[in-house]
Amino acid sequence: MEFILEPWPWYVSGFLIALVMFLLLMMGDRFGMSSNLRTLCTICGAGKKTSFFDFDWKSQKWNLLVMIGAIIGGFIAAHFLSNSSGVDISLETIKDLQQYGINSSENSYLPTEIFGLYSIKNIVLLSIGGFLVGFGARYAGGCTSGHAISGLSNLQLPSLIAVIGFFMGGLFMIHVLFPFIF
Amino acid sequence: MKNLAYISIGVLFGITMYKSEAASWFRIYEMFNFQAFHMYGIIGVAVVLGLIIMQLLKKYQVKTFFGVPIIIDDKEKSFKRYFYGGIIFGLGWALAGACPGPMFTLVGAGFYSLLIVIAFAVFGTYIYGVIKDKLPH
Repeated sequence: MEFILEPWPWYVSGFLIALVMFLLLMMGDRFGMSSNLRTLCTICGAGKKTSFFDFDWKSQKWNLLVMIGAIIGGFIAAHFLSNSSGVDISLETIKDLQQYGINSSENSYLPTEIFGLYSIKNIVLLSIGGFLVGFGARYAGGCTSGHAISGLSNLQLPSLIAVIGFFMGGLFMIHVLFPFIF
Repeated sequence: MKNLAYISIGVLFGITMYKSEAASWFRIYEMFNFQAFHMYGIIGVAVVLGLIIMQLLKKYQVKTFFGVPIIIDDKEKSFKRYFYGGIIFGLGWALAGACPGPMFTLVGAGFYSLLIVIAFAVFGTYIYGVIKDKLPH
């Protein structure tokens, strides 16, 4: 039981992610979470104006159910399967973050300085972050699950290009833009 | 029954994302600083096992649980859309520290500020759909 309550090691998690992908393939579907964002647009009525969203969203109901499962999974993991909410990041990372005034890694799962305080700056940051994720994922035709896991597993060159892009964007944000933001 | 299977797979995914800390902003920051092996280990193991699974499924022409052949289509060939789209996604991934799966898991875990991230991710997807034809693909 103690093992479950501690943060899980990378090899256990990597194995379980591959299992999730396998189960979805065996169900006759594909592992890809960002498609749900498009389906949500369609449910909100975006298909009336824009052909990209004009499809039968019920054909994607299965993926919405996976998404609802992911929400339930987060609830179960946080409330019943964890004995602390801190994240075990490296000492170097902790030091770097202190320069930005972010000190919450030991007792919080997300930086409370960004996610726990509804200041205008934080709302703007979360909005821009979300926008870029949604826009970029659809432009690139997939996100971490669709490209980095499913696509690379299937030796797809487009997915490799997308993953290189993910890293270029991420590195630029953290090494070039963060000093201006925080 | 099928619906329950999908929800269960999602629950497994959500628990994995939370318990592996892959849903934590801190881990994403650490990954882009190359200060730990953790995230690379998660993605690496998933891809290597995924690769083996894909090869076996293809070699033995495995059928789904419902007896239908598994056919995995190749991704459409292009460079621009994957590269530009990828960079834009990466910028957001590092800033919000959440990709499209974990952002839902975090709401379940009680971090309601992620609803802002989700709302704008849906909005970003919508804007892509609107201006899609004007973008290089």
